[in-house]
Amino acid sequence: MAHAHAHGHAVKRYSGIMDWLTTVDHKKIGILYLIAGGFFFLVGGLEAILIRVQLWKPQNDFVGADTYNELLTMHGTTMIFLAAMPLLFALMNAVVPLQIGARDVAFPFVNSLGFWTFLFGGLLLNVSWIIGDVPDAGWTSYAPLAGTTYSDDHGMDYYVLGLQIAGIGTLIGGINFLVTIINMRAPGMTFMRMPLFTWTAFITSALILFAFPALTVGLAALMFDRLFDANFFDPAAGGNAVLWEHIFWIFGHPEVYILILPAFGVISEVISTFSRKRLFGYSSMVFATILIGFLGFMVWAHHMFTAGLGPVANALFSIATMLIAVPTGIKIFNWLFTMWGGSIKFTAANLFAVGFIPTFVMGGVTGVMLAAAPADFQYHDSYFVVAHFHYVIVGGLILGIFAGLHYWWPKMFGRTLNEGLGKLTFWTFFIGFHLTFFVQHFLGLMGMPRRIWQYLDGMGFNEMNMISTIGAFLMGFGTIFFIINVVVTAVKPKNAANDPWEDGRTLEWTIPSPPPEYNFAQTPLVRGYDAYWKEKMDGHSGMTPAEPIGPIHMPSPSILPFFMGLGFFIAGFGFMYAPDWGHFLGTDLTNGHALGIFGLAIVLICMLLRSVIDDHGFHIEEEEILKDLGGKA
Amino acid sequence: MSAHTHVEGGLPHEPEKATLEGRNKVLGFWLFLGGETVLFGTLFAAFLALRDQVLDGPTPDHLFDLKLVAAATAILLTSSLTSVFAIQAMHQHKVKALINWLIVTVVLGACFLGLEIYEFYHYVHEGHGFTTSAFSSSFYTLVGFHGAHVLFGILWITLLIIQLARKGLTVVTAPKTYVAGMYWHFIDVVWVFIFTVVYLMGKVV
Amino acid sequence: MKRLAPLMAFMVLVLAACGREDLSTLNPQGPVAEEQFGLMKTAIMIMSLVIVVVFAISLYVIIRFRRRSGDKTIPKQVEGNHKLEVIWTVIPIILLIILGVPTVQSVFNLSKDYSNDPEAVKVIVTSHQYWWEFEYPELGIKTAQELVIPTGKTIAVEAKTADVLHSFWIPSLAGKIDTNPGGNTNHMYFSSPKEGVFLGKCAELCGPSHGLMDFKVKAVDPASFDRWAAAIQEPVALPSDPEVAAAFESKCLTCHAVGDLGGPAFPNLTGIGSRESVGGILVNVEADDKKYANEDTVYNNLYKWIKDPQEVKPGNMMPTVDLTEKELEGIAQYLSELTLDYEQ
Repeated sequence: MAHAHAHGHAVKRYSGIMDWLTTVDHKKIGILYLIAGGFFFLVGGLEAILIRVQLWKPQNDFVGADTYNELLTMHGTTMIFLAAMPLLFALMNAVVPLQIGARDVAFPFVNSLGFWTFLFGGLLLNVSWIIGDVPDAGWTSYAPLAGTTYSDDHGMDYYVLGLQIAGIGTLIGGINFLVTIINMRAPGMTFMRMPLFTWTAFITSALILFAFPALTVGLAALMFDRLFDANFFDPAAGGNAVLWEHIFWIFGHPEVYILILPAFGVISEVISTFSRKRLFGYSSMVFATILIGFLGFMVWAHHMFTAGLGPVANALFSIATMLIAVPTGIKIFNWLFTMWGGSIKFTAANLFAVGFIPTFVMGGVTGVMLAAAPADFQYHDSYFVVAHFHYVIVGGLILGIFAGLHYWWPKMFGRTLNEGLGKLTFWTFFIGFHLTFFVQHFLGLMGMPRRIWQYLDGMGFNEMNMISTIGAFLMGFGTIFFIINVVVTAVKPKNAANDPWEDGRTLEWTIPSPPPEYNFAQTPLVRGYDAYWKEKMDGHSGMTPAEPIGPIHMPSPSILPFFMGLGFFIAGFGFMYAPDWGHFLGTDLTNGHALGIFGLAIVLICMLLRSVIDDHGFHIEEEEILKDLGGKA
Repeated sequence: MSAHTHVEGGLPHEPEKATLEGRNKVLGFWLFLGGETVLFGTLFAAFLALRDQVLDGPTPDHLFDLKLVAAATAILLTSSLTSVFAIQAMHQHKVKALINWLIVTVVLGACFLGLEIYEFYHYVHEGHGFTTSAFSSSFYTLVGFHGAHVLFGILWITLLIIQLARKGLTVVTAPKTYVAGMYWHFIDVVWVFIFTVVYLMGKVV
Repeated sequence: MKRLAPLMAFMVLVLAACGREDLSTLNPQGPVAEEQFGLMKTAIMIMSLVIVVVFAISLYVIIRFRRRSGDKTIPKQVEGNHKLEVIWTVIPIILLIILGVPTVQSVFNLSKDYSNDPEAVKVIVTSHQYWWEFEYPELGIKTAQELVIPTGKTIAVEAKTADVLHSFWIPSLAGKIDTNPGGNTNHMYFSSPKEGVFLGKCAELCGPSHGLMDFKVKAVDPASFDRWAAAIQEPVALPSDPEVAAAFESKCLTCHAVGDLGGPAFPNLTGIGSRESVGGILVNVEADDKKYANEDTVYNNLYKWIKDPQEVKPGNMMPTVDLTEKELEGIAQYLSELTLDYEQ
């Protein structure tokens, strides 16, 4: 990397807002993902609260039927694509390069581009609330309901284009992490020495790579149907509505594992650290992760048992789905036996991680129940399914993200979150979560379908819905406590130690909190699994460097990714309104088309500039590094 | 990276892999092509699911002119070969030959695209428009996605030719050229499947 | 395991007590729902066992191995344990086989097609935004919202949709099947050994009033069913008041049918006065039995619906028909008296 002969390139280092708009530093991009994902999490959470208020009593009229469908659609879409995935990307960006001893990701520019396209896609989707045409066909957007015949306003266009743009960001982010993990590991960091969080980030990125293009095609086809009168999903013209279900779930099921695997990784790290014990069965954990990722592509049709695929398909997909329970079970027991015999410290982070295990098991077992196709005829599209996937996604993924945030907060910001407030967050959120969703299993079994605006009185649903709503408010309070914690912590001095938990096992705890721009002054030499722990046990205070101190080459910041995201946003907006706006200078094209082409032109020009202008980057000189080291010593 | 100041004579045999950036680029592009495979796989699946829904439009059997498509196939496959020559020239550090072979590749690609546009134009006149049926929508989407890839490839390689002419072959331009070559091969492979699945099967089944 | 068995039996009893008899999947009223509930019970028992084991280990570990303050000792670093790892790989596989075998059997069992069985009653179910059409092709009957079936007979359902996806679900009698557009019809069957009214639901998001797209399944003895089938095909007289009759003919029969009059595009109203509900959700009761907001007399329910259909079911296809108060009352009265007398 670093060349002994430093060049005289001007060091481009912005400050203030320009720094954030142009940054290609994975740590800053991680923080950007955290802020944006956190914002969308609050938006989706607010939508959830409104849904629960509507359902707190029978035949409630708090929101109208149309608004209710908009809320449930945007809640699902926002939480999955704009909150959960970016929050995971926040952790992956903040941690993965540090865990493998790298100075950055493989493609810093692409990393920034991934963030900005995600953000502008998410904004485009949510602009729908301001315009007033909001997607309302569910996050699954089944045709023909999502087609122009039955959704004739622009709501579904926002879904199609917003997700398409956000999806580009996710896909290139996935490729970036794959290459980073394959090519950028420090000397000695073999695959079987990688921390489990890095492993799960790796498998998740592979799933993103192979799952998202299917969504791209599905959304493109739906967009063609909606904007250009194509006939993919229009039965009247020979289209096939079930085809959309297949395409959506070929993407959609791996997506579930894309979400949950990194949470598994977080839990593995947190439990191991706070049990002061090596992760039990590391290699079987790695194997189980790979197997889950692989099986994740074989089971999409279990979302379609009632679609009429026939008994052979239903039987095969039932059995395939059940098989996933085996590697998942391996993971659960490995976590339990990591704690077994350990010395468990219940920090806020560890409370979330330990709370995750039984909660996730409850979501897992209902998953196996759902896998039995004939029984699924009863569960399908009922509140039982709502309970199941919230146990997996909130009880699994969100608890995992909270655990990860409390755990890595000092590394990301140099300040440790307040433990008391953290524990308060955990207990309110955890109790609220179980109150909200446990009763929903029974609501479903008692005959309450999902996605319903109102239920009638006298069905026996009243009390449980009331409990569920109370629980949702508790979850809301838990989130507010977390935000208070963030604010309280932000005004505290920046004094977190390199290894604030004192039991850190992996490379990120060997460097300052927050790390300098270049992460590692000297690339570390890794001598085993739990690299830092091994050095500690051998009586060393830090890692053995693999190189002498020298100037470090860094990539230049760039504003182009921001403009590319903006270009996509403008293009999406233009094409969406192409049929509505007048003609462009008397041509066949409308003003909408013109705006769309203008947006795409911005993207293409940015790509051209990126290709033509060589990025020489700049060097951080030896003196500066030595000064950093001295300051911290 | 700083190595752009190296004289061409100092380049290694495989200049695209001389730097970490270059190796990242090549690996990343392989992975990207993996994603592209899923993308086209899904398009093929949609096409196969909808190809019998012809409605009132012309049937594939009636529509397709295999002679024209075979000519287009031959042109595109030849362009794949010329792109191999280009990369060989690059490995021998013959910049002039590299640029010339890339120009031949681009010209062949443009010929292919011209034939495709002519073909689409002809189909529309036969009553096979984008909105005619589910078959026509999925046909134009699959073949059109491929055509758009060819167009993008032509623009991309043209840009590279200009850069190679101006900056010469360096460890910065070499990986770019190499991945463009990979991209071009990928497009060819996809076309072979389109030729088989869309055109030949459309004639037979 | 032996000690757990009574506990499991108890849990199943508790589950079975959950919910209304005519609505709950946990309280099956017919053989199909029974078979599905059987599989659910097997699954719930296996899964409860898993949960008990995991919870027990979790609790033990959390209590036993918590760190005392100031404890600086380093626990033994264990890499893993092959024996244990084999155990928690093999036991789940065994549990899954226990669940998987009946699942596969049941998949094939429930996919039987009775549409060519002469003993079965054939019904073509067509879903619409937001109502259900039931056609008995062998009997030449088309009705809506209330599926009348004879007890003890297998009902062979052919399900499809006229617009968007819906899903046909009678929780206490049988699991659901999606209704697909474009000739992609699905088959299912169910039966009810007992007489009674069972609640049906739409289970696939289909628009604003998806949650209100209810229907009823009414199981009657075979003799009553035959009487119903005959009665519903009788001609129906128009309202006696000529003014109301004129309004009904020009403003209702353009879309709806009664007897052999009117059009087939929207719900057939023959016998609507003796149905369990209006619009699927306004439940008809005697004036004194009113308990919930959605319950009222047939007349009041009909009046309410006709006066403003969008108020009852937002987004449905029926416009507010321009009627004078007299016509509105007259039509509601007429429809409320449009009954079929077939039960004994």
